[in-house]
Amino acid sequence: MPVLLSFVRQTPGRLMETKKTTFDSRLLPYLLLAPQLFITLVFFIWPAAQAVKSSFEREDPFGLSTAFVGLLHYQRLFEDPNYIDALLRTAVFAVSVTALSMVLGLAFAAAVDRLVRTGRVYTTLLVWPYAVAPVVAGVLWWFLFNSTTGLMPFFLEKVGIHWDHDLNGTQAMILIIIAAAWKQVSYNFLFFLAGLQSVPQSLMEAAAIDGSGPVKRFFTISLPLLSPTTFFLFIINVNYTMFDTFPIVDATTVGGPAQATTTLVYKVYQDGYLGLNLGSSSAQSVLLMMIVMVLTFVQFRYVERRVQY
Amino acid sequence: MFKKLTLAAAALALSATTSLAATEITWWHAMGGELGKKLEEIATKFNASQSDYKVVPVYKGSYPETLTAAIAAFRANQQPAIVQVFEVGTGTMMAAKGAVYPVYKLMKDEGESFDPKSYLAPVVGYYSDTQGNILSLPFNSSTPILYYNKDVFKKAGLDPEVAPKTWKEVEDFSKKIVSSGAAKCGFTSAWITWVQTENLSALHDQPFGTLENGFGGLKTQFTFNGPVQVKHWANLKKWQDEGLFKYGGPVGGDNAATMFYAQECAMTMNSSAGRAGVINNAKDFTPGFAPLPYYDDVIKQPKNSIIGGATLWVLNGKDKAVYKGVAKFFTYLSKPEVQADWHQFTGYLPITNAAYDLGKSQGYYAKNPGSDIAIEQITRGTPSANSKGLRFGNFTQVRTIVDEEFQSLLAGKKDAKQALDSAVERGNKLLREFEAAN
Repeated sequence: MPVLLSFVRQTPGRLMETKKTTFDSRLLPYLLLAPQLFITLVFFIWPAAQAVKSSFEREDPFGLSTAFVGLLHYQRLFEDPNYIDALLRTAVFAVSVTALSMVLGLAFAAAVDRLVRTGRVYTTLLVWPYAVAPVVAGVLWWFLFNSTTGLMPFFLEKVGIHWDHDLNGTQAMILIIIAAAWKQVSYNFLFFLAGLQSVPQSLMEAAAIDGSGPVKRFFTISLPLLSPTTFFLFIINVNYTMFDTFPIVDATTVGGPAQATTTLVYKVYQDGYLGLNLGSSSAQSVLLMMIVMVLTFVQFRYVERRVQY
Repeated sequence: MFKKLTLAAAALALSATTSLAATEITWWHAMGGELGKKLEEIATKFNASQSDYKVVPVYKGSYPETLTAAIAAFRANQQPAIVQVFEVGTGTMMAAKGAVYPVYKLMKDEGESFDPKSYLAPVVGYYSDTQGNILSLPFNSSTPILYYNKDVFKKAGLDPEVAPKTWKEVEDFSKKIVSSGAAKCGFTSAWITWVQTENLSALHDQPFGTLENGFGGLKTQFTFNGPVQVKHWANLKKWQDEGLFKYGGPVGGDNAATMFYAQECAMTMNSSAGRAGVINNAKDFTPGFAPLPYYDDVIKQPKNSIIGGATLWVLNGKDKAVYKGVAKFFTYLSKPEVQADWHQFTGYLPITNAAYDLGKSQGYYAKNPGSDIAIEQITRGTPSANSKGLRFGNFTQVRTIVDEEFQSLLAGKKDAKQALDSAVERGNKLLREFEAAN
């Protein structure tokens, strides 16, 4: 860091008001950005451009014959009731996972924040699920909820609930929501905990002296001060449910029963990887990319306004 | 200039090494675990038998993963010489004319003897074009059979040596088993698509699709919503409601084997290649083996069942020397002793008549009762256009659709007719897409 700073000269006079910095050399900022730009170009822009290109083409799997078909794949998708269902289903899934994992993450963080001595132990334990690979998490929950050999259906049967996510679509959806949220709670917990620990102690003490209880202090002081963290996590979680939950679906329900857990990203995999229908699969991933871009834009544009930094 | 020079030097170095060392033949396969070890053993033995060629087997994951990997490699010009493709990928491979080096042509070009008649007829039929030329080398083929629990049969007051022959008997036996408390369910099944839909159609001589089940061209349409299939699906739903049948899950139906091993279900229907697994897992009971049941009011003499499994495809774009080696390797693979060893170890069918005869003369079938049921079932009678096999594009996805519709049926959202109609309609869309793309 000190080496870097020697290249950077902060504009005098405005030192405190803004964080803007200027560089002596014009080339330097570009050089500093180059590695990241290179990675983005090779691992994101290039494949994304390929996907856009093949979404307008019809091609056999081996690439022996290619024909330009315009917007045909997109048109087909919007006429396909299965695709529209997958879209709505993904919305339900994304909202449920985000809400569940953020509320639980915050609750755990608030609980650990109040602990003086054992906080570290709990922090370590609560972070563990994040180290589990998504597919392993999926298999884990698949074992727990397996209708033949699983532990949970055995107990659920005792309270009169017949669990069979191979046939019951709602139960299958609940299963992937639990599995996906479980993995993400750790991540949210860590950020919320860091956020809570940076809440000035003096504010809390002042409020306590004024007679407000811990619950009131949490909702009137901690929560508003956490809003940048909450906003950040909200975007990260939505992106997570849209893209990274594929292994969980694949390991637990394989998108079934009767497509009840086929989310958009899983459908991209099914049609492209299993079905070798590259055109439609590309069109779907382009649409998915656009959905996430629009969502992120909306979040920054409208939600961020209410965030207090 | 410099580039050209280095390239020439590299080419020289390369040709020098190839003339000294054995030519490498890459073989991508999808056989994990014990099967993979056995496959590697075959390659090692071939390599030891001569010094000109070296077959290098590479495990590429599941069947769909192997196929996708081979296709991606072909597009990047990095393809293996041989790739193992499962039977539902056959339509895709056959349509890729520029990518595939047909086996019959390869063997002719390289002067290796290759007689389609030496192979089991239903196996050859599945992988031949309309002129009867074999396009890929049959390697591991299986067919579904019925497995049952002799101890549970005894407990239910049934003769443990008599397996149900017809679906009526499956129903009656299951009722006895469940009502006597011998087991919680009568029967389950792996592979609803392959066993209870595709093989059901073949056994009862019902068309699965038009144009000889797709053998006649890409214009084929699905027809598996016929009366027999509807009747069977409706029965399965009825038997599920009565507690006689339990669903084993989509695709391969992993839970079917679990329920059978745990003695929860007295019978299951699964690939003949599952035999070794049944014997290993049936620790507390004696398993029995029998042909698949049929409806005797539909057909008196059920047709042959159809195969599953995989074949070896040769991909274009390799050196002449490599193909020479591939042909030699294929001749080695087809030897009766190699085939018989693979078949007896894995439970896959013996691919050639000679391998079957060798097993007979070794007394293998006499020593292992039930091990020849699959062969007898697949070779009985003369195959009809409906029992020759299936050839459809996008078939992996079609199977997913059939699974989905079956789940809708069992969940009570649709009746059998509606579920099969919808599967046919959705499947036909995929066939038209495949037709347009090829």
